[in-house]
Amino acid sequence: MILVPCPHCGPRNASEFRYLGEERARPDPVAATPPEWRQYLYRRTNPAGWTTETWHHSSGCRAFLTVERHTVTNEIRSCTVAGAHT
Amino acid sequence: MKARFPQRFSAWGLVRHGLTGDDWPKVWRSPELRRSYDVVIIGAGVHGLATAYYLAARHGITNVAVVDRGYVGGGGSGRNTAILRSNYLTPEGVAFYDRSLQLYRNLSSELNFNVMFSRRGHLTLAHNDSSLRTMRWRAEVNKVAGIDSEVIGPDEIKRLVPMMDTSDRTRYPILGALYHPPGGIIRHDAVVWGYARAADSFGVHIHQNTEVTGIDVDVSGGTTGRVRGVQTARGPISAPVVVNCTAGWASLISAMAGVGLPIITHPLQAAVTEPVKMFLDPVVVSGTLHVYVSQTDRGELVFGASVDPFASYSMRSSLEFLEELAGHVLQLMPSLATMRVLRQWAGLCDMTPDYSPIIGVTPVEGFLVDVGWGTYGFKAGPAAGEAVASLIGTGRVPELVAGFDLARFDDGRLVGEKGAAAVGH
Repeated sequence: MILVPCPHCGPRNASEFRYLGEERARPDPVAATPPEWRQYLYRRTNPAGWTTETWHHSSGCRAFLTVERHTVTNEIRSCTVAGAHT
Repeated sequence: MKARFPQRFSAWGLVRHGLTGDDWPKVWRSPELRRSYDVVIIGAGVHGLATAYYLAARHGITNVAVVDRGYVGGGGSGRNTAILRSNYLTPEGVAFYDRSLQLYRNLSSELNFNVMFSRRGHLTLAHNDSSLRTMRWRAEVNKVAGIDSEVIGPDEIKRLVPMMDTSDRTRYPILGALYHPPGGIIRHDAVVWGYARAADSFGVHIHQNTEVTGIDVDVSGGTTGRVRGVQTARGPISAPVVVNCTAGWASLISAMAGVGLPIITHPLQAAVTEPVKMFLDPVVVSGTLHVYVSQTDRGELVFGASVDPFASYSMRSSLEFLEELAGHVLQLMPSLATMRVLRQWAGLCDMTPDYSPIIGVTPVEGFLVDVGWGTYGFKAGPAAGEAVASLIGTGRVPELVAGFDLARFDDGRLVGEKGAAAVGH
Protein backbone atom coordinates (compact mmCIF):
# COMPACT_ATOMS: atom_id res chain seq x y z
CA MET A 1 0.00 0.00 0.00
CA ILE A 2 1.12 3.57 -0.39
CA LEU A 3 1.39 6.69 1.75
CA VAL A 4 -0.50 9.82 0.72
CA PRO A 5 1.11 13.05 1.99
CA CYS A 6 -2.04 14.85 3.15
CA PRO A 7 -1.32 18.60 3.55
CA HIS A 8 -3.32 18.63 6.79
CA CYS A 9 -2.50 15.29 8.37
CA GLY A 10 0.94 14.42 6.99
CA PRO A 11 1.77 11.07 5.35
CA ARG A 12 -1.13 8.71 5.90
CA ASN A 13 -1.88 5.19 4.68
CA ALA A 14 -3.89 5.12 1.43
CA SER A 15 -6.54 2.97 3.14
CA GLU A 16 -7.68 6.11 5.01
CA PHE A 17 -8.61 7.72 1.71
CA ARG A 18 -11.29 7.23 -0.87
CA TYR A 19 -9.98 7.27 -4.42
CA LEU A 20 -12.21 9.31 -6.72
CA GLY A 21 -10.39 8.85 -10.00
CA GLU A 22 -8.60 10.93 -12.58
CA GLU A 23 -9.37 14.60 -12.89
CA ARG A 24 -11.54 15.45 -15.90
CA ALA A 25 -13.49 18.44 -17.16
CA ARG A 26 -17.20 18.34 -16.33
CA PRO A 27 -19.33 19.46 -19.26
CA ASP A 28 -22.17 21.93 -18.74
CA PRO A 29 -25.03 19.65 -17.57
CA VAL A 30 -27.61 21.83 -19.36
CA ALA A 31 -25.84 22.13 -22.70
CA ALA A 32 -24.25 18.64 -22.89
CA THR A 33 -25.92 16.03 -25.08
CA PRO A 34 -26.57 12.60 -23.46
CA PRO A 35 -23.61 10.98 -25.33
CA GLU A 36 -21.32 13.83 -24.19
CA TRP A 37 -22.48 13.40 -20.62
CA ARG A 38 -21.93 9.63 -20.80
CA GLN A 39 -18.44 10.21 -22.18
CA TYR A 40 -17.76 12.31 -19.10
CA LEU A 41 -19.27 9.64 -16.82
CA TYR A 42 -17.55 6.59 -18.27
CA ARG A 43 -14.55 7.35 -20.53
CA ARG A 44 -11.15 7.44 -18.85
CA THR A 45 -7.65 7.95 -20.23
CA ASN A 46 -6.38 5.37 -17.68
CA PRO A 47 -2.74 6.36 -18.31
CA ALA A 48 0.38 4.41 -17.33
CA GLY A 49 2.46 7.27 -15.98
CA TRP A 50 1.92 10.59 -14.24
CA THR A 51 -1.70 11.53 -13.72
CA THR A 52 -3.68 14.07 -11.72
CA GLU A 53 -6.50 12.67 -9.64
CA THR A 54 -8.84 13.42 -6.77
CA TRP A 55 -8.67 11.67 -3.41
CA HIS A 56 -10.93 12.20 -0.39
CA HIS A 57 -9.39 11.85 3.07
CA SER A 58 -12.59 10.20 4.28
CA SER A 59 -11.11 8.73 7.48
CA GLY A 60 -9.00 11.79 8.24
CA CYS A 61 -9.48 15.51 7.73
CA ARG A 62 -12.24 14.83 5.15
CA ALA A 63 -10.64 17.23 2.68
CA PHE A 64 -10.77 16.61 -1.07
CA LEU A 65 -7.22 16.46 -2.40
CA THR A 66 -5.62 16.87 -5.80
CA VAL A 67 -2.90 14.25 -6.09
CA GLU A 68 -0.24 13.86 -8.77
CA ARG A 69 0.67 10.18 -8.86
CA HIS A 70 2.63 7.86 -11.13
CA THR A 71 0.34 4.92 -11.86
CA VAL A 72 3.16 2.45 -12.53
CA THR A 73 5.36 3.19 -9.50
CA ASN A 74 2.63 4.71 -7.27
CA GLU A 75 5.04 7.54 -6.45
CA ILE A 76 3.20 10.73 -5.39
CA ARG A 77 4.91 14.00 -6.27
CA SER A 78 2.31 16.48 -5.09
CA CYS A 79 -0.77 16.54 -2.91
CA THR A 80 -2.75 19.72 -2.43
CA VAL A 81 -6.20 20.64 -1.19
CA ALA A 82 -8.53 20.43 -4.21
CA GLY A 83 -9.76 23.79 -5.45
CA ALA A 84 -7.19 25.73 -3.41
CA HIS A 85 -4.87 26.23 -6.41
CA THR A 86 -7.50 27.63 -8.78
CA MET B 1 -10.80 -28.51 -39.22
CA LYS B 2 -8.81 -30.77 -36.90
CA ALA B 3 -5.54 -29.74 -35.32
CA ARG B 4 -2.46 -31.55 -36.69
CA PHE B 5 -0.30 -31.89 -33.60
CA PRO B 6 3.32 -32.92 -34.14
CA GLN B 7 2.68 -35.50 -31.44
CA ARG B 8 -0.52 -36.34 -29.60
CA PHE B 9 -0.40 -36.66 -25.84
CA SER B 10 -1.75 -39.97 -24.56
CA ALA B 11 -1.17 -42.55 -21.83
CA TRP B 12 0.72 -44.66 -24.36
CA GLY B 13 2.90 -41.67 -25.31
CA LEU B 14 3.72 -41.11 -21.64
CA VAL B 15 4.80 -44.73 -21.19
CA ARG B 16 6.88 -44.64 -24.39
CA HIS B 17 8.66 -41.44 -23.40
CA GLY B 18 9.24 -42.82 -19.92
CA LEU B 19 10.90 -45.92 -21.37
CA THR B 20 12.92 -44.31 -24.17
CA GLY B 21 13.86 -41.05 -22.47
CA ASP B 22 13.23 -39.17 -25.73
CA ASP B 23 12.69 -35.42 -25.48
CA TRP B 24 9.13 -34.22 -25.80
CA PRO B 25 8.62 -32.00 -28.84
CA LYS B 26 8.31 -28.24 -28.28
CA VAL B 27 4.71 -27.45 -27.37
CA TRP B 28 4.67 -24.58 -29.86
CA ARG B 29 7.20 -23.22 -32.34
CA SER B 30 8.94 -19.84 -32.53
CA PRO B 31 8.45 -18.90 -36.19
CA GLU B 32 9.99 -16.02 -38.13
CA LEU B 33 8.00 -12.79 -37.90
CA ARG B 34 6.26 -12.14 -41.23
CA ARG B 35 5.67 -8.61 -42.47
CA SER B 36 2.00 -9.27 -43.11
CA TYR B 37 -0.82 -11.34 -41.59
CA ASP B 38 -4.58 -11.59 -42.09
CA VAL B 39 -5.19 -11.02 -38.39
CA VAL B 40 -2.90 -9.69 -35.66
CA ILE B 41 -3.97 -10.43 -32.09
CA ILE B 42 -2.31 -8.37 -29.37
CA GLY B 43 -1.94 -10.29 -26.13
CA ALA B 44 -0.96 -13.98 -25.80
CA GLY B 45 -3.20 -14.81 -22.87
CA VAL B 46 -6.24 -17.05 -22.76
CA HIS B 47 -8.34 -14.54 -24.73
CA GLY B 48 -5.82 -13.91 -27.51
CA LEU B 49 -4.85 -17.54 -27.94
CA ALA B 50 -8.43 -18.81 -27.76
CA THR B 51 -9.36 -16.29 -30.45
CA ALA B 52 -6.47 -17.52 -32.62
CA TYR B 53 -7.41 -21.16 -32.04
CA TYR B 54 -11.11 -20.71 -32.90
CA LEU B 55 -10.22 -18.58 -35.94
CA ALA B 56 -8.16 -21.48 -37.27
CA ALA B 57 -10.31 -24.39 -36.10
CA ARG B 58 -13.79 -23.02 -36.87
CA HIS B 59 -13.20 -20.49 -39.64
CA GLY B 60 -10.10 -21.75 -41.45
CA ILE B 61 -8.25 -18.44 -40.93
CA THR B 62 -4.70 -19.54 -40.12
CA ASN B 63 -2.55 -16.62 -41.32
CA VAL B 64 -2.74 -15.17 -37.82
CA ALA B 65 -0.12 -13.73 -35.49
CA VAL B 66 -0.48 -13.51 -31.71
CA VAL B 67 2.00 -10.94 -30.40
CA ASP B 68 2.84 -10.31 -26.77
CA ARG B 69 5.15 -7.95 -24.93
CA GLY B 70 6.17 -10.70 -22.52
CA TYR B 71 5.60 -14.45 -22.56
CA VAL B 72 2.58 -16.66 -23.19
CA GLY B 73 0.17 -16.45 -20.26
CA GLY B 74 2.32 -13.99 -18.31
CA GLY B 75 -0.44 -11.48 -17.59
CA GLY B 76 -3.84 -12.04 -16.07
CA SER B 77 -4.03 -15.58 -17.48
CA GLY B 78 -1.24 -16.70 -15.16
CA ARG B 79 -2.26 -14.57 -12.19
CA ASN B 80 -5.95 -15.31 -11.68
CA THR B 81 -7.35 -17.75 -9.15
CA ALA B 82 -8.66 -20.12 -11.87
CA ILE B 83 -12.27 -20.27 -10.65
CA LEU B 84 -14.97 -21.17 -13.17
CA ARG B 85 -18.70 -20.52 -12.71
CA SER B 86 -21.73 -19.25 -14.58
CA ASN B 87 -24.04 -18.10 -11.75
CA TYR B 88 -24.22 -14.48 -12.92
CA LEU B 89 -26.94 -11.89 -12.42
CA THR B 90 -27.99 -10.63 -15.86
CA PRO B 91 -29.45 -12.97 -18.53
CA GLU B 92 -26.67 -11.79 -20.91
CA GLY B 93 -23.99 -12.65 -18.37
CA VAL B 94 -25.48 -16.03 -17.47
CA ALA B 95 -25.78 -17.14 -21.11
CA PHE B 96 -22.28 -15.98 -21.94
CA TYR B 97 -20.41 -17.47 -18.97
CA ASP B 98 -22.36 -20.72 -19.27
CA ARG B 99 -21.14 -21.08 -22.85
CA SER B 100 -17.60 -20.59 -21.54
CA LEU B 101 -18.10 -23.24 -18.88
CA GLN B 102 -19.39 -25.67 -21.55
CA LEU B 103 -16.28 -25.08 -23.65
CA TYR B 104 -14.01 -25.47 -20.61
CA ARG B 105 -15.61 -28.81 -19.71
CA ASN B 106 -14.63 -30.34 -23.07
CA LEU B 107 -11.38 -28.46 -23.50
CA SER B 108 -9.00 -31.29 -22.54
CA SER B 109 -10.25 -33.57 -25.30
CA GLU B 110 -10.64 -30.74 -27.83
CA LEU B 111 -7.08 -29.50 -27.34
CA ASN B 112 -5.50 -32.90 -26.54
CA PHE B 113 -4.03 -31.21 -23.48
CA ASN B 114 -4.96 -31.92 -19.87
CA VAL B 115 -6.33 -28.64 -18.51
CA MET B 116 -7.29 -30.35 -15.23
CA PHE B 117 -10.83 -29.07 -14.97
CA SER B 118 -12.13 -30.00 -11.54
CA ARG B 119 -15.87 -29.65 -10.89
CA ARG B 120 -16.11 -28.71 -7.24
CA GLY B 121 -19.25 -26.70 -6.72
CA HIS B 122 -19.20 -23.03 -5.86
CA LEU B 123 -20.55 -21.45 -2.67
CA THR B 124 -21.19 -17.71 -2.43
CA LEU B 125 -21.86 -16.94 1.23
CA ALA B 126 -24.41 -14.41 2.40
CA HIS B 127 -23.78 -12.71 5.73
CA ASN B 128 -26.68 -10.28 5.67
CA ASP B 129 -30.23 -9.98 4.39
CA SER B 130 -29.39 -7.87 1.36
CA SER B 131 -26.81 -10.30 0.02
CA LEU B 132 -29.16 -13.22 0.70
CA ARG B 133 -31.73 -11.37 -1.40
CA THR B 134 -29.21 -10.96 -4.24
CA MET B 135 -28.42 -14.69 -3.98
CA ARG B 136 -32.12 -15.53 -4.36
CA TRP B 137 -32.32 -13.17 -7.33
CA ARG B 138 -29.29 -14.78 -8.94
CA ALA B 139 -30.64 -18.29 -8.28
CA GLU B 140 -33.90 -17.40 -10.04
CA VAL B 141 -32.15 -15.81 -13.04
CA ASN B 142 -29.88 -18.88 -13.22
CA LYS B 143 -32.73 -21.40 -13.02
CA VAL B 144 -34.64 -19.66 -15.81
CA ALA B 145 -31.51 -20.05 -17.96
CA GLY B 146 -31.32 -23.74 -17.03
CA ILE B 147 -28.29 -23.37 -14.78
CA ASP B 148 -27.94 -25.43 -11.62
CA SER B 149 -27.95 -22.84 -8.84
CA GLU B 150 -29.85 -22.67 -5.56
CA VAL B 151 -29.86 -20.96 -2.17
CA ILE B 152 -28.92 -23.24 0.74
CA GLY B 153 -28.86 -22.76 4.51
CA PRO B 154 -26.08 -22.98 7.10
CA ASP B 155 -26.66 -26.68 7.83
CA GLU B 156 -26.13 -27.61 4.21
CA ILE B 157 -23.05 -25.35 4.07
CA LYS B 158 -21.65 -27.11 7.12
CA ARG B 159 -22.22 -30.46 5.39
CA LEU B 160 -20.33 -29.30 2.29
CA VAL B 161 -17.52 -27.57 4.20
CA PRO B 162 -17.14 -29.05 7.70
CA MET B 163 -14.28 -26.64 8.49
CA MET B 164 -16.54 -23.60 8.10
CA ASP B 165 -17.62 -21.70 11.19
CA THR B 166 -21.37 -21.57 10.58
CA SER B 167 -22.20 -20.63 14.18
CA ASP B 168 -23.99 -17.38 15.01
CA ARG B 169 -21.17 -16.25 17.31
CA THR B 170 -18.97 -14.68 14.64
CA ARG B 171 -18.73 -11.05 13.60
CA TYR B 172 -20.54 -11.84 10.34
CA PRO B 173 -22.66 -14.98 10.87
CA ILE B 174 -23.40 -16.98 7.72
CA LEU B 175 -27.10 -16.83 6.86
CA GLY B 176 -27.02 -18.88 3.68
CA ALA B 177 -25.24 -19.32 0.39
CA LEU B 178 -25.80 -19.50 -3.34
CA TYR B 179 -24.73 -23.03 -4.25
CA HIS B 180 -23.68 -23.59 -7.85
CA PRO B 181 -22.63 -27.26 -8.32
CA PRO B 182 -21.20 -26.90 -11.89
CA GLY B 183 -18.59 -24.36 -10.72
CA GLY B 184 -15.02 -25.46 -10.30
CA ILE B 185 -11.35 -24.79 -10.79
CA ILE B 186 -8.91 -25.47 -13.58
CA ARG B 187 -5.15 -25.35 -14.23
CA HIS B 188 -4.93 -21.86 -15.76
CA ASP B 189 -1.44 -22.23 -17.27
CA ALA B 190 -2.46 -25.47 -18.96
CA VAL B 191 -5.42 -23.72 -20.59
CA VAL B 192 -3.10 -21.11 -22.11
CA TRP B 193 -0.49 -23.66 -23.17
CA GLY B 194 -3.16 -25.94 -24.62
CA TYR B 195 -4.63 -23.16 -26.74
CA ALA B 196 -1.15 -22.05 -27.82
CA ARG B 197 -0.21 -25.58 -28.88
CA ALA B 198 -3.47 -26.16 -30.75
CA ALA B 199 -3.32 -22.77 -32.51
CA ASP B 200 0.31 -23.40 -33.43
CA SER B 201 -0.58 -26.78 -34.93
CA PHE B 202 -2.85 -24.95 -37.41
CA GLY B 203 0.01 -22.66 -38.42
CA VAL B 204 -0.83 -19.66 -36.22
CA HIS B 205 2.32 -17.69 -35.33
CA ILE B 206 2.96 -16.91 -31.67
CA HIS B 207 5.50 -14.12 -31.16
CA GLN B 208 6.60 -13.59 -27.58
CA ASN B 209 8.76 -10.63 -26.54
CA THR B 210 7.21 -8.62 -29.36
CA GLU B 211 5.91 -5.40 -27.86
CA VAL B 212 3.39 -3.41 -29.87
CA THR B 213 4.54 0.22 -29.93
CA GLY B 214 1.94 1.69 -32.26
CA ILE B 215 -1.13 0.95 -34.37
CA ASP B 216 -1.30 2.24 -37.95
CA VAL B 217 -4.65 3.76 -38.80
CA ASP B 218 -5.46 5.07 -42.28
CA VAL B 219 -7.69 8.12 -41.79
CA SER B 220 -7.92 9.13 -45.47
CA GLY B 221 -11.18 7.24 -46.07
CA GLY B 222 -13.30 8.37 -43.14
CA THR B 223 -13.20 10.39 -39.98
CA THR B 224 -12.18 7.59 -37.63
CA GLY B 225 -10.21 5.55 -40.14
CA ARG B 226 -9.29 1.98 -40.91
CA VAL B 227 -6.58 -0.11 -39.30
CA ARG B 228 -3.55 -0.95 -41.48
CA GLY B 229 -1.33 -2.89 -39.09
CA VAL B 230 0.84 -2.53 -36.03
CA GLN B 231 4.31 -1.27 -35.22
CA THR B 232 6.27 -3.59 -32.96
CA ALA B 233 9.66 -3.58 -31.28
CA ARG B 234 10.67 -6.10 -34.00
CA GLY B 235 9.40 -4.04 -36.93
CA PRO B 236 6.08 -3.24 -38.58
CA ILE B 237 3.38 -5.82 -39.39
CA SER B 238 0.58 -5.05 -41.80
CA ALA B 239 -2.85 -6.56 -41.17
CA PRO B 240 -6.44 -5.62 -42.06
CA VAL B 241 -7.71 -6.86 -38.70
CA VAL B 242 -6.11 -6.10 -35.31
CA VAL B 243 -7.61 -7.45 -32.08
CA ASN B 244 -6.89 -5.95 -28.67
CA CYS B 245 -6.84 -8.73 -26.03
CA THR B 246 -4.61 -7.00 -23.51
CA ALA B 247 -6.82 -6.85 -20.39
CA GLY B 248 -5.15 -4.53 -17.86
CA TRP B 249 -3.24 -2.73 -20.60
CA ALA B 250 -6.26 -2.41 -22.91
CA SER B 251 -6.58 1.37 -22.54
CA LEU B 252 -2.96 1.92 -23.61
CA ILE B 253 -3.25 -0.29 -26.72
CA SER B 254 -6.62 1.21 -27.73
CA ALA B 255 -5.23 4.73 -27.31
CA MET B 256 -2.64 3.84 -29.99
CA ALA B 257 -5.56 3.46 -32.43
CA GLY B 258 -7.26 6.57 -31.09
CA VAL B 259 -10.07 4.60 -29.42
CA GLY B 260 -11.05 5.73 -25.91
CA LEU B 261 -12.35 3.10 -23.50
CA PRO B 262 -14.40 3.31 -20.28
CA ILE B 263 -11.82 1.25 -18.42
CA ILE B 264 -9.92 1.77 -15.17
CA THR B 265 -7.01 -0.58 -14.41
CA HIS B 266 -6.92 -1.86 -10.83
CA PRO B 267 -4.49 -4.40 -9.37
CA LEU B 268 -6.01 -7.53 -7.83
CA GLN B 269 -3.96 -9.49 -5.34
CA ALA B 270 -3.93 -13.19 -4.57
CA ALA B 271 -1.98 -15.58 -2.38
CA VAL B 272 -1.32 -19.30 -2.06
CA THR B 273 -0.47 -21.49 0.95
CA GLU B 274 1.66 -24.58 1.37
CA PRO B 275 -0.08 -27.78 0.17
CA VAL B 276 -2.05 -29.81 2.70
CA LYS B 277 -4.28 -32.88 2.57
CA MET B 278 -7.55 -32.29 0.70
CA PHE B 279 -10.24 -30.95 2.99
CA LEU B 280 -12.01 -28.25 0.98
CA ASP B 281 -14.09 -29.47 -1.92
CA PRO B 282 -16.14 -26.45 -3.09
CA VAL B 283 -14.89 -23.00 -3.98
CA VAL B 284 -15.93 -20.68 -1.12
CA VAL B 285 -16.61 -17.00 -1.70
CA SER B 286 -17.62 -14.33 0.77
CA GLY B 287 -18.51 -10.91 -0.54
CA THR B 288 -18.82 -9.36 2.91
CA LEU B 289 -15.39 -10.61 3.94
CA HIS B 290 -13.84 -9.82 0.52
CA VAL B 291 -12.30 -13.22 0.08
CA TYR B 292 -12.50 -16.35 -2.04
CA VAL B 293 -10.84 -19.66 -1.21
CA SER B 294 -10.31 -22.85 -3.16
CA GLN B 295 -8.03 -25.84 -2.73
CA THR B 296 -6.09 -26.90 -5.81
CA ASP B 297 -5.68 -30.52 -6.82
CA ARG B 298 -2.15 -30.25 -5.37
CA GLY B 299 -3.60 -29.25 -1.99
CA GLU B 300 -2.59 -25.61 -1.87
CA LEU B 301 -5.19 -23.10 -0.75
CA VAL B 302 -5.58 -20.26 -3.25
CA PHE B 303 -6.94 -16.99 -1.88
CA GLY B 304 -8.18 -13.97 -3.77
CA ALA B 305 -9.65 -10.70 -2.61
CA SER B 306 -11.19 -7.53 -3.95
CA VAL B 307 -9.28 -5.19 -6.26
CA ASP B 308 -6.94 -2.62 -4.76
CA PRO B 309 -8.93 0.55 -4.01
CA PHE B 310 -7.16 2.82 -6.50
CA ALA B 311 -6.18 2.63 -10.18
CA SER B 312 -2.64 1.44 -10.80
CA TYR B 313 -0.43 -0.51 -13.20
CA SER B 314 1.78 -1.62 -10.33
CA MET B 315 1.92 -5.38 -9.80
CA ARG B 316 3.52 -5.20 -6.35
CA SER B 317 1.71 -7.00 -3.59
CA SER B 318 1.29 -5.54 -0.13
CA LEU B 319 1.52 -6.74 3.47
CA GLU B 320 -1.70 -4.89 4.22
CA PHE B 321 -3.51 -7.12 1.73
CA LEU B 322 -2.12 -10.28 3.31
CA GLU B 323 -3.03 -9.22 6.84
CA GLU B 324 -6.57 -8.35 5.88
CA LEU B 325 -6.97 -11.51 3.81
CA ALA B 326 -5.67 -13.77 6.57
CA GLY B 327 -8.02 -12.17 9.10
CA HIS B 328 -11.00 -12.74 6.85
CA VAL B 329 -10.10 -16.33 6.00
CA LEU B 330 -9.79 -17.12 9.70
CA GLN B 331 -13.26 -15.76 10.35
CA LEU B 332 -14.58 -18.36 7.91
CA MET B 333 -12.29 -21.25 8.89
CA PRO B 334 -10.57 -20.56 12.24
CA SER B 335 -8.70 -23.86 12.17
CA LEU B 336 -6.49 -22.62 9.31
CA ALA B 337 -4.56 -20.39 11.74
CA THR B 338 -1.36 -22.43 11.48
CA MET B 339 -1.28 -22.55 7.66
CA ARG B 340 1.71 -20.84 6.05
CA VAL B 341 1.45 -18.63 3.00
CA LEU B 342 3.94 -19.56 0.27
CA ARG B 343 3.65 -16.51 -1.93
CA GLN B 344 1.45 -13.63 -2.97
CA TRP B 345 1.20 -11.70 -6.21
CA ALA B 346 -0.91 -9.18 -8.12
CA GLY B 347 -2.42 -8.98 -11.59
CA LEU B 348 -4.13 -6.17 -13.44
CA CYS B 349 -7.89 -5.97 -13.94
CA ASP B 350 -9.52 -3.82 -16.61
CA MET B 351 -12.64 -2.67 -14.75
CA THR B 352 -15.63 -1.30 -16.67
CA PRO B 353 -18.40 0.84 -15.12
CA ASP B 354 -20.99 -1.96 -15.39
CA TYR B 355 -18.67 -4.93 -14.66
CA SER B 356 -19.48 -6.39 -18.08
CA PRO B 357 -16.92 -6.82 -20.86
CA ILE B 358 -16.49 -4.92 -24.11
CA ILE B 359 -16.38 -7.20 -27.16
CA GLY B 360 -16.65 -6.24 -30.78
CA VAL B 361 -16.09 -3.43 -33.20
CA THR B 362 -14.76 0.06 -32.48
CA PRO B 363 -15.09 3.31 -34.46
CA VAL B 364 -11.83 2.34 -36.21
CA GLU B 365 -12.67 -0.22 -38.90
CA GLY B 366 -10.79 -3.49 -38.48
CA PHE B 367 -9.73 -2.70 -34.90
CA LEU B 368 -11.60 -5.05 -32.57
CA VAL B 369 -11.61 -5.18 -28.80
CA ASP B 370 -12.04 -8.07 -26.37
CA VAL B 371 -11.40 -6.16 -23.16
CA GLY B 372 -12.99 -4.83 -19.98
CA TRP B 373 -13.07 -8.24 -18.30
CA GLY B 374 -12.32 -6.87 -14.88
CA THR B 375 -12.20 -9.78 -12.49
CA TYR B 376 -14.11 -12.19 -14.77
CA GLY B 377 -11.58 -12.55 -17.59
CA PHE B 378 -10.18 -16.01 -17.13
CA LYS B 379 -13.51 -17.82 -16.82
CA ALA B 380 -14.70 -16.05 -19.98
CA GLY B 381 -11.70 -16.90 -22.17
CA PRO B 382 -13.08 -19.70 -24.38
CA ALA B 383 -16.47 -18.08 -25.06
CA ALA B 384 -14.86 -14.71 -25.74
CA GLY B 385 -12.33 -16.26 -28.12
CA GLU B 386 -15.11 -18.14 -29.90
CA ALA B 387 -17.20 -14.95 -30.21
CA VAL B 388 -14.37 -12.77 -31.53
CA ALA B 389 -13.32 -15.48 -33.99
CA SER B 390 -16.91 -15.73 -35.20
CA LEU B 391 -17.09 -11.94 -35.59
CA ILE B 392 -13.92 -11.95 -37.71
CA GLY B 393 -14.83 -15.11 -39.65
CA THR B 394 -18.44 -14.24 -40.49
CA GLY B 395 -18.47 -10.46 -40.16
CA ARG B 396 -21.52 -10.68 -37.89
CA VAL B 397 -21.64 -10.00 -34.16
CA PRO B 398 -22.68 -13.26 -32.39
CA GLU B 399 -25.94 -12.90 -30.48
CA LEU B 400 -24.21 -14.09 -27.31
CA VAL B 401 -22.11 -10.92 -27.09
CA ALA B 402 -24.41 -8.44 -28.86
CA GLY B 403 -25.12 -6.66 -25.56
CA PHE B 404 -21.42 -6.19 -24.78
CA ASP B 405 -20.58 -3.65 -27.53
CA LEU B 406 -18.51 -0.53 -26.91
CA ALA B 407 -21.30 1.77 -28.11
CA ARG B 408 -23.50 0.81 -25.14
CA PHE B 409 -21.65 3.37 -23.01
CA ASP B 410 -22.63 6.16 -25.40
CA ASP B 411 -26.23 4.91 -25.70
CA GLY B 412 -26.73 4.19 -22.01
CA ARG B 413 -27.40 0.42 -22.39
CA LEU B 414 -25.23 -0.77 -19.51
CA VAL B 415 -25.34 -4.45 -18.49
CA GLY B 416 -25.06 -4.22 -14.71
CA GLU B 417 -23.15 -7.26 -13.51
CA LYS B 418 -21.72 -5.88 -10.27
CA GLY B 419 -24.22 -7.91 -8.24
CA ALA B 420 -22.53 -11.11 -9.42
CA ALA B 421 -19.03 -9.98 -8.52
CA ALA B 422 -17.46 -12.59 -6.28
CA VAL B 423 -16.61 -9.93 -3.72
CA GLY B 424 -17.48 -6.24 -3.47
CA HIS B 425 -14.92 -4.53 -5.67
